[in-house]
Amino acid sequence: MGKLTFSMGGVHPHDSKFSRECAIEELPLPQTVYVSMAQHLGAPAKPLVAPGDKVVVGQVIAEPGGFISAFVHSPVSGTVKAVAPRKDLAGNSVMHVEIAVEGDEWDPAIDRSPELVTAIPDDKAAILDKIKAAGVVGLGGATFPTHVKLCPPPGKVAECLILNGAECEPFLTSDFRIMVERPKEIVVGAALMQKVLGGCPCVIGIEENKPEAIASMRAAVAELGYPNMQVQVLRKRYPQGGEKQLIDAVMRRQVKSGGLPIDVGAVVQNVATSLAVYEAVQKNKPLITNVLTITGDQLPVSRQHNYLFRIGIPLSYIVEQAGGIPDSAAKLISGGPMMGKAISNLDATTVKGSSSVLFLSEAATRRQPETKCIRCGKCADACPMGLEPFLLNRLYKAGDLDALEQNAAQDCIECGCCLYSCPAHISLLDYIRQAKGQVMGVIRARAAAAKAAAEAAKAAAEAK
Amino acid sequence: MDKKYIVSPNPHIHANVSTTSIMRDVIIALCPAIVVSVLAYGWAELLVLAVSVLSCVLLEWAVTRWMMKRPSTVGDLSAVVTGLLLAMNLPSAIPLWIVFIGAFVAICVAKLPFGGIGQNVFNPAITGRVFLLVSFPAQMTNWNPTPGFVSLPDAISGATPLSALKEALKSGSTIPQFMETNGYDLASFLWDAGASAGEISAGALLLGFVYLLVRRVVKPWIPIAVLGTMAIISAIFHGVNPEVYTGVQFNLLTGGAMLGALFMATDYVTSPMSTLGGVIYGVGIGAIAMMIRYFGSYPEGMSFAILLMNCCVPLLNMWFHQKKYGRA
Amino acid sequence: MTQTFIWTVAILTVLGLLLALILFWVARKFKVEEDPRIDEVEKVMPGANCGGCGFAGCRAFADAAVKAPNLDNQYCPVGGDEVMQKVASILGFTVAAKAPQVAVVRCNGTCEARPRTNEYDGAKSCRVKAALYSGDTGCAFGCLGCGDCVAACQFGALSMDPATGLPVVDEDKCTACGACTKACPKHIIELRLKGPRGMREFVSCMNKDKGPAAKKACANACIGCGLCAKTCTHDAITVTDNVAYIDFNKCKLCRECEAVCPTGAIHGVNFPKELDKEAVKKRIADRKAKAAEAAKAAEEKKEVANG
Repeated sequence: MGKLTFSMGGVHPHDSKFSRECAIEELPLPQTVYVSMAQHLGAPAKPLVAPGDKVVVGQVIAEPGGFISAFVHSPVSGTVKAVAPRKDLAGNSVMHVEIAVEGDEWDPAIDRSPELVTAIPDDKAAILDKIKAAGVVGLGGATFPTHVKLCPPPGKVAECLILNGAECEPFLTSDFRIMVERPKEIVVGAALMQKVLGGCPCVIGIEENKPEAIASMRAAVAELGYPNMQVQVLRKRYPQGGEKQLIDAVMRRQVKSGGLPIDVGAVVQNVATSLAVYEAVQKNKPLITNVLTITGDQLPVSRQHNYLFRIGIPLSYIVEQAGGIPDSAAKLISGGPMMGKAISNLDATTVKGSSSVLFLSEAATRRQPETKCIRCGKCADACPMGLEPFLLNRLYKAGDLDALEQNAAQDCIECGCCLYSCPAHISLLDYIRQAKGQVMGVIRARAAAAKAAAEAAKAAAEAK
Repeated sequence: MDKKYIVSPNPHIHANVSTTSIMRDVIIALCPAIVVSVLAYGWAELLVLAVSVLSCVLLEWAVTRWMMKRPSTVGDLSAVVTGLLLAMNLPSAIPLWIVFIGAFVAICVAKLPFGGIGQNVFNPAITGRVFLLVSFPAQMTNWNPTPGFVSLPDAISGATPLSALKEALKSGSTIPQFMETNGYDLASFLWDAGASAGEISAGALLLGFVYLLVRRVVKPWIPIAVLGTMAIISAIFHGVNPEVYTGVQFNLLTGGAMLGALFMATDYVTSPMSTLGGVIYGVGIGAIAMMIRYFGSYPEGMSFAILLMNCCVPLLNMWFHQKKYGRA
Repeated sequence: MTQTFIWTVAILTVLGLLLALILFWVARKFKVEEDPRIDEVEKVMPGANCGGCGFAGCRAFADAAVKAPNLDNQYCPVGGDEVMQKVASILGFTVAAKAPQVAVVRCNGTCEARPRTNEYDGAKSCRVKAALYSGDTGCAFGCLGCGDCVAACQFGALSMDPATGLPVVDEDKCTACGACTKACPKHIIELRLKGPRGMREFVSCMNKDKGPAAKKACANACIGCGLCAKTCTHDAITVTDNVAYIDFNKCKLCRECEAVCPTGAIHGVNFPKELDKEAVKKRIADRKAKAAEAAKAAEEKKEVANG
């Protein structure tokens, strides 16, 4: 097979993977960590510890707060200082568990040896339980609890497990580094997920700009010899790593609006998630570490890093370890430059899904003043969902919710291609995100009303 | 944090294109044709170009500044593009005050009253040109060539090939006779088609258009639709009766076909946004232009065709949308 | 020639008559019976079609009013009592008088008092900004300054003050339609009683952070100390989530709270005289001393009685 890609839209930003040669280094522990209770999509976790409690590395400190939620484990050993709200990246208050670090004592159940465990257990339910107990969430950005995604609803069958190694965001290299340094673990993780999903084929999609990762992953797949697994080279194009785009690229299928990937038989997991699954199932190690890239457009390569960090470490500590904020930086971003979040509060802590701290210079990031739309249609050409951002923007300003729904504002994946490519520098995505929220609200309200009406009718029928 | 860092929603980087950069690309793409026309028609052509561009820019600046009281949009270079396109549609011997009137109609009638760039329904340069054509028919069809810097191999008669043909057909001669007596060598049309700056060299226009394609400023669908339609229609008619109807090559390479299809019909503001809409728009332009050429009283119909199809753009935008993901 | 002329005239005349008949018939056949009172009510409405009443416009309001059994659920904030009395008299209802209200901006985080901690560079919309993060100051509850309220106001009653970065309400133009209260993602703008001659007291802060954090973010913040609530003799002030709130139905405009507030978060507007804080504080102290004396006396009395 040749190089695959998705069928519509997309942009080609410069890939700027400056930190690709930086091997993963382990970050030293700070004196205090702050573990967030909202590290995953869904309900926040409920803390199980109280101030004064002693904890060890890998100990459960919070339980899921709902069906879509996840366990949280202590990333360090020490004493719980407080369970209190603290400001996250965006300055909003979130419950955190503050732990003073004392030594580095691990839960004895965790296998810390570097030995590769390749045998796949037979018991599917046991694998799933281990994934759930280890608090594994999707590390591709959305942090959706992995065990939920690996349990297709009744009647739905997984036909293909897609491992996302696209890393289409410019600058980021954390996935690239783990694919180069720990390919075998990733492959075993994929085999474990294949097992859970009933032995469906697995495709590992990697963009063409990462030849070393493609080579190492291919070698690992060949060496370990799990059936039905292959590496697929993808064209370099953003947002190749978007779930819907990746399914389109690999399977030539499109997820219906409002549907889930499993509706077309697809389950997409990030390579970093696969590594976490491996560690959870084969090594009993919960998700308490991840790899994060320190990079920037004006940062010398000598000051760029790929760090293996423990969750809960404050960003300010990581930045300090990396040599402080460079003078050229005008904006700090957690995540990639296309979909990452600007950091307004450097005291915020790392979470399971943290993938980078990116320093962008004024020239690279400052928005130009908005001018008038010249109807060039570049936003519509760039939209990977086939939407017409210029139209959605206009409808949002007019407050026409019906038309917004008709024109699929709710399908927006917030990838940023429209604003990226707009020659008039119109804040398209800013407004479309608002429009999407409002339309989703309408759709949800309608669904709730329909449900209530159905229930009322049912109750009335029963009363007769 | 002592330094105040920037915070904004994603995306945090930009493709580094702007309205100005796009317009600059269009100007660069027009350069080959401008060079050829200045070489052919000399100082007079240069003056027409200068007066047209200057009038457009000054008028836009003055009106936005003093009448509309809003920040001037001269910096985006769109007025320069309008000025160039207008000048390329005019004969080099035209009095300069008429050029100014054309610029006035383009900017102060077709563009700014609708709200300026991005809002106008009709292509400003074509509106200006058509206004002049209707108001000053004598001056607008005076194709006596002004002295150029290089003498072109082909002697240029006092009329464009299309108008000469119209006259010839009226006086009862047939196409083959016309081709013989006027000595039009079809192969030479690529580099010398006579007439206005924008019509003189299809080759130079194509060269510029290739630049626009490479820079991803425009997509080829509209020009392909326009020229394809013109080719098909002329092939059919010429095939049926070569005595009365001109052939494919003649129609594509003469008059404003190239300039219109490549640079006027592809104007962002006045063309549809979707690919399918664009193709329908292009087919419409090609068909109307050919009908006017074959059956109308004007020798050339490109401008009218584009203006007529401009009217349909809002409808085409309403009817035809991009294909959406997962909504087949 | 003459014949053509006659024919033309004849045909046109017949055609005209025929069409007139058809139009007449259609008008009769499809006439919509409408309560004439709807027109009458609409005539007395302000005609702003602002939607402040909750209906799509003035005619929709009139239509609903005519059909409603009473006017308890309907109120035109723009026209106020005057219009409501007229509407009631047309429809034969009675309505109780409702005191006029005005929009009040409950944030005083001026550029000076509330230092910026970062620079916002997104779309100039409070909604977009609020969805992104807590804002470009240390206060997560204060005004974001992008002017969504100004854009929402149809009466030109709101404007941004470039010096403070906060919206200003023009009380003469404000009709209390409530559009701004809905537009503000931080719910800073509240409709409050306009008060006698426009005099009113309110807490100009929404910060729910604990005292020190609030104070650090903004010099003008309410720190939730509760002095005002303790001082108030009318039971009008409550402190919840570290922020005080004055119930405008209970407030008697004595201005004691304003005098004791350590951060100046309580504002009194349109009072004829400037507040003499020391005098008011003395008054409170005297009252408290008297009360203490009285209590002491009462206790002594009690003791005497018991003893």
